[in-house]
Amino acid sequence: MIRVQTEDFDVGAELKALARNGNVGAIVTFTGIVREFSGNHQLSAMTLEHYPGMTERQLAEIEAEARRRWPLDNSLIIHRHGRLEPGENIVLVITTSSHREAAFEAASFLMDWLKTKAPFWKLEDSAKGGGTWVAAKASDDTAADRWAASAKPARKVAG
Amino acid sequence: MKLVYFAWLRERVGKAGEQVSPPPTVTTVGGLLEWLRGQGGNYAEALKDLSAVRVAVNQEYAGHEAKIGPGDEVALFPPVTGG
Repeated sequence: MIRVQTEDFDVGAELKALARNGNVGAIVTFTGIVREFSGNHQLSAMTLEHYPGMTERQLAEIEAEARRRWPLDNSLIIHRHGRLEPGENIVLVITTSSHREAAFEAASFLMDWLKTKAPFWKLEDSAKGGGTWVAAKASDDTAADRWAASAKPARKVAG
Repeated sequence: MKLVYFAWLRERVGKAGEQVSPPPTVTTVGGLLEWLRGQGGNYAEALKDLSAVRVAVNQEYAGHEAKIGPGDEVALFPPVTGG
């Protein structure tokens, strides 16, 4: 499931909803939060811009790819846009599976691909005034590349 | 053809989107970028470094060799920074 929204989300409520399926043996959640410091400068807020339509399409493709690669029972991606202050939630990824390894790997994959493919852009508002567009990081590309098509799928490990 | 711009590309071009009618010789993404750059002013400035520009055609990522036509929506934006 994909949701792109300005409103906050409730991690506990989302988890509970996904845990209802009786076959779930493992749930992994990742929450991304706005940091107060970017390098050594203090942020007052950040604004996330996105490309409506393409964002949903990309997230759905990324999720479908995760479900092709790992035996997931369910998955959820929520990504916020608009103005966010330090400490606020930005993104939530939840994966559920019978076993932990698939859930861990798929959650990691979803975040790595989302960061390099989903059309979002962060504008940081400095506490001193002025805005700076965040530059893409080479380390994010490297993280995404380790999931290249040749990567081995998860081994089956008892939960 | 509809063009849309995001993040600093939107700011540098000075608008979020526009309808354009490039000459019929412009048939690829690369050709469109060169034609836009040739419009000078804000376009030349925004597209100065094409290695910092990503392109989507009809909301799918596209390389410079991708074909484009009059009904397409072409988006120009910097590398993404979500998550």
